[in-house]
Amino acid sequence: MTKQHANWSPYDNNGGTCVAIAGSDYCVIAADTRMSTGYSILSRDYSKIHKLADRAVLSSSGFQADVKALQKVLKSRHLIYQHQHNKQMSCPAMAQLLSNTLYFKRFFPYYAFNVLGGLDEEGKGCVFTYDAVGSYERVGYGAQGSGSTLIMPFLDNQLKSPSPLLLPKQDSNTPLSEAEAVDLVKTVFASATERDIYTGDKLEIMILKADGIKTELMDLRKD
Amino acid sequence: MFRNQYDTDVTTWSPTGRLFQVEYAMEAVKQGSAAIGLRSRSHVVLACVNKAQSELSSHQRKIFKVDDHIGVAIAGLTADGRVLSRYMRSESINHSFTYESPLPVGRLVVHLADKAQVCTQRSWKRPYGVGLLVGGLDESGAHLYYNCPSGNYFEYQAFAIGSRSQAAKTYLERKFESFQESSKEDLIKDAIMAIRETLQGETLKSSLCTVSVLGVDEPFHFLDQESIQKVIDTFEKVPEEEEDAGEGEAEPEAAPGAAGTGEQGGSGDQDVAPMEI
Repeated sequence: MTKQHANWSPYDNNGGTCVAIAGSDYCVIAADTRMSTGYSILSRDYSKIHKLADRAVLSSSGFQADVKALQKVLKSRHLIYQHQHNKQMSCPAMAQLLSNTLYFKRFFPYYAFNVLGGLDEEGKGCVFTYDAVGSYERVGYGAQGSGSTLIMPFLDNQLKSPSPLLLPKQDSNTPLSEAEAVDLVKTVFASATERDIYTGDKLEIMILKADGIKTELMDLRKD
Repeated sequence: MFRNQYDTDVTTWSPTGRLFQVEYAMEAVKQGSAAIGLRSRSHVVLACVNKAQSELSSHQRKIFKVDDHIGVAIAGLTADGRVLSRYMRSESINHSFTYESPLPVGRLVVHLADKAQVCTQRSWKRPYGVGLLVGGLDESGAHLYYNCPSGNYFEYQAFAIGSRSQAAKTYLERKFESFQESSKEDLIKDAIMAIRETLQGETLKSSLCTVSVLGVDEPFHFLDQESIQKVIDTFEKVPEEEEDAGEGEAEPEAAPGAAGTGEQGGSGDQDVAPMEI
């Protein structure tokens, strides 16, 4: 009797790219809407961005089944938080909760690569990037997913983040205006789409400000 | 000398077929300050009397949000009520996690009743000393249930529990036939009128009651003090001399009056000191 399922994996990689940029009073979170497996496209219109709270938005690539499960856990935890505190969770609190939630499954992780964007308690933009098991860092901009290797060096070149080791702690927010940030996001996605087969179809951009959330869509290459 | 031999243990029957401990728990419900509930085809209103334990303390919270489509008003041991409403919240969250659909009210009430029933059949437990008016909206419409410590539950068009609730029940019995077609505003008015019936001699003020509403396209929320006062003013014209006489009671209005401003409604109520009866 031969082993029939030796190659079976509980994981898949559905690709996709997520980018977030924090400014002084805004945060831009963007992701493409393509969902793939191998050389196949499963959907051209699958949103990878999920609103967790009024001031916290999560964008995740990786295995979308795990992402969905993760979003549901966070949603339930946020409901409990609202019952207990009578307010929405802040973005830094959600960032810590996401880290704990990911680490809780340290030995059978969610295959999800997250960028969390939002506004902190002072109303400043904030971006948190994660690895799959919950290690995270507050940054001024971040990229995750299949196109991140193309996008991240470009953002580093354009925006320059201060070393997190510097004392006193430097403000990592970008000096860009909201319009400049949105333009930059559109540029990096257009470029990543040229070279990454897992990024494309459409770009969904969410702009978080104190007075609410705006959503924008832009077409990307479909091939 | 003639002490009741059958009331020291929940699980011991009396020869007449009664469980005294369970009946005592039902008495606890009658001791608590009044809570009332009523419903129309599309809305449920829950209201209660805010009664402080002492002159120096604030009142306890007696109405809880379970989910956007379910709320609960309690009378009796507030501590037990809080524990049960926390249980209901987690049941509701677990249901929406599993099925991605809201928990039907009737199901929640059965779970709650089963939980209360267990306490009437275990020697190391005690029955919950709290009555719950569970109001909710699901695919079969608006519902109002009463859960009592015995594990029994009943569905009502309108009901009142707690001290002097009989007066409110009489009021509701007189008017309930029109409730089914009532507007939300009329339900709120009837809720406050029923609350007034339970106040013996005291003048009705917005600081004296908490009112909550849920309905079609209207998630559970508390009414703020101003809008409650507006409703009261439509039927309660306070004569000049009474306003002077009520000066003593007018004072504490400032403290609970801070509760609920604008859309946050009952959120101020959360500040109420978590004290036990």
